[in-house]
Amino acid sequence: MHPLLKLVIQRLALGFLLLLVVSAVIFLGVEALPGDTAQAILGQSATPQALANLREQMGLNDPPLTRYFDWLGGVMTGDLGKSLTNGADIAQAIGQRLGNTLFLAACAAVISVPLALILGLIAARYAGKWPDKVISAITLTTISLPEFVAAYFVIYLLTQVIPLFQPVAMVFPGMSFGAKLHAVALPVIVLVMVVLAHMMRMTRAAILNVMQSAYIETAELKGVRPMQIIWRHAFPNAIAPIVSVVVLNLAYLVVGVVVVEVVFGYNALGQFLVDHVTKRDLPVVQAVGLVFAGVYIMLNILADVIAIFANPRLRHPK
Amino acid sequence: MKDQLDRIIEATRRGRMSRREFISRTTAMGISAGLASALYGKAAQAQEPKKGGIMRMGMAGGESTNSLDPALAASEVPFQVNLTWGETLVDVAPDGTLELRIAEEVSSSADAKEWKFKIRQGVEFHDGKTLTAEDVVATLKRHTDEKSQSGALGIVQGIADMKAEGDMVTLTLASANADLPFLMADYHLVIQPGGGMDNPAAGIGAGAFRVDVNEPGVRHTFTRFENYWDAGNVHLDGTEFYVMNDNTARTAALQSGQVHVINRVDPKIVGLLQGAAGIKIRSAAGRGHYVFIMHVDKAPFDNNDLRMALKYAINRQEMVEKILGGLGTIGNDFPINKAYPLFDDTIEQREYDAAKAAEHYKKSGHDGSPIILRAAPGAFPGAVDAANLFAASAKAAGIPLEIKLEPDDGYWTNVWNVEPFCASYWGGRPVQDQMYSTAYLSTADWNDTKFKNAKFDELLLAARGELDQDKRKGIYSEMAHILRDEGGLILPMFNDFVCGVSDQVQGWIDDPNGELMNGRASGKCWLA
Repeated sequence: MHPLLKLVIQRLALGFLLLLVVSAVIFLGVEALPGDTAQAILGQSATPQALANLREQMGLNDPPLTRYFDWLGGVMTGDLGKSLTNGADIAQAIGQRLGNTLFLAACAAVISVPLALILGLIAARYAGKWPDKVISAITLTTISLPEFVAAYFVIYLLTQVIPLFQPVAMVFPGMSFGAKLHAVALPVIVLVMVVLAHMMRMTRAAILNVMQSAYIETAELKGVRPMQIIWRHAFPNAIAPIVSVVVLNLAYLVVGVVVVEVVFGYNALGQFLVDHVTKRDLPVVQAVGLVFAGVYIMLNILADVIAIFANPRLRHPK
Repeated sequence: MKDQLDRIIEATRRGRMSRREFISRTTAMGISAGLASALYGKAAQAQEPKKGGIMRMGMAGGESTNSLDPALAASEVPFQVNLTWGETLVDVAPDGTLELRIAEEVSSSADAKEWKFKIRQGVEFHDGKTLTAEDVVATLKRHTDEKSQSGALGIVQGIADMKAEGDMVTLTLASANADLPFLMADYHLVIQPGGGMDNPAAGIGAGAFRVDVNEPGVRHTFTRFENYWDAGNVHLDGTEFYVMNDNTARTAALQSGQVHVINRVDPKIVGLLQGAAGIKIRSAAGRGHYVFIMHVDKAPFDNNDLRMALKYAINRQEMVEKILGGLGTIGNDFPINKAYPLFDDTIEQREYDAAKAAEHYKKSGHDGSPIILRAAPGAFPGAVDAANLFAASAKAAGIPLEIKLEPDDGYWTNVWNVEPFCASYWGGRPVQDQMYSTAYLSTADWNDTKFKNAKFDELLLAARGELDQDKRKGIYSEMAHILRDEGGLILPMFNDFVCGVSDQVQGWIDDPNGELMNGRASGKCWLA
């Protein structure tokens, strides 16, 4: 077997084990939260009888271990179950929400990743000169703004001062692609602002690191143009660290954008998760947790594989 | 003068003012007769409702965990949704009187124990079935069932027997209740085919709109139901609710025209929005109130002098101004205000009085240890600020009130009804009996002040069977005095329902019964 294939299989098996651990941790975490689903649903209007009825109906009276393994058994057979709070089919609800999450993440990634790489290359080319300083200053400013502040800022600027977009970003099945893009414009802008600096800085640092090498000096002495050196000689050797940072940010765009989703009322997984944690709706929280953990693990495996491909020494082990 | 003129124009729009009256009132304000006449023409023109259009509303108070099952509704958006696709037997009109909907006649026996509701003929459900008395009984049965999780369980529990004969529904009560018809206006009790026993969350009802899309926590869209029994009074082709829990985004959505109406305008920005073009702030003085509640059976709150000290140590006027931005009224330590029928407005208003507070505090013999008040941001909007104002005014009276900040998450489970002193809110009820029975009767499930007073209970039960309105008013007044002077309730303010409404929306009525015209905005408004 090719060593690379073996590695991927190993990683996948490890990832599967990790998912199991994650599901157990989520279960323990939600169990440890004060109050149960019945209390959370009924809230201030809980009467003892209504509470008892609801617990009975939702099967909350079973011991925790029984509930966990019931759930696990269901997942193993492909059945995520039904939401405790409104009886909706979890797989179906998550499917649609996940699509929206990926759509937003993809839009943000399509803009931010090339932009970050290009800016990083330019900053490395002019390291210490004014273009580098301007790029660094701007990206560091945007990353330093908390997301919700950036969100309120763009809402004010682009819906009130210049009424270009709508403040509440919701996308629905049946909307045209253009209408969807228009709807998510503001959250995409905020997300680009947030993730740009990290990727840009890493690109710049990785390239500058390679630029210290002797072979770059040789290229310079040969008279190769600076941008050519960076593109042809430095960049391929700097890919591994850049890819790992890019992937980390992609994972963030999928699983870490709850605040942005909530501010813009975007109907994706983050908002969905928050609502169900508030109501202690365990099956939903676990399902969403698994999806998030799965995305994270898969993207990390992907980063490793790309890093190995980019490095001939790792690609052709003796 | 602008406000006054607005009011007169509004009254004309709703057909409440004649041309003659309009002109005499506007000329009295210094407007020339010619201009007044022109103004009248414009105002009266707007009176004719326009048909068609789809209204969009941005609402706080919806979650992805919501269901279309009316029994499970507990927050704002499900309340609005229920009343858009569903229809109740009766409704409470903005002026507090009973309005007949599915029931076309309501009558009771002399002892107020047996109630008859005559069911309107020819009312149709969205699935084409005709609504019968059996559907009504089945619906009520589902909510009163012992296994029910209905939010209306406490309301309908008192019905001992119900039967349907022809077009008549007869409810027999375990004990007399002169207010029973008002209870039937509860938003959980929308009539469903077969009582919704088979599929409670089907969203099939007899309301003005049928459900198109139900995406809990995101949006709910509806189209006009052509065969609605009262279709002549419905003007819109459809209505759409978008869940917008973030204050800033919701406000921006109204300003940018993404929605026509929003609920829960933050009192802090009302002043700013009032100046915005094309938007009106509509505020309705409701029955909802923000409270600080003490358990009267736990030390140190089992001492009435200490309770009185705290009641005198709160500055109600300051709270209305600073917490509600002036959009509310001061409370008087009992949960009833002038929005309720049979309210006694002669009860003396309790004011902030540091000297009296200090006097009661001294008399209570409290050992000077800090008195802990628990509050969370979600207890009511501005709860933590209100608690801090309370602590400051109490300090001026020498009372060591200390705030303990609690997290929103789990507040209603771990703090409210558990800890002896905390911040909370009540939504108000259509009639006094229901408010008192819900939270102040000794045996009430939600007696969150643990108030147990035999005399009070006796008066409450006596009022239920009393059909003489003057006598009832007297009884309620006596109860208010008992609660105000002995209860564990500190009630600084009644909050208004504050909505932002675009000028495109016509026919808006400020309804004290609930937010967004008590859930009837889509059924009553039209778009200009």
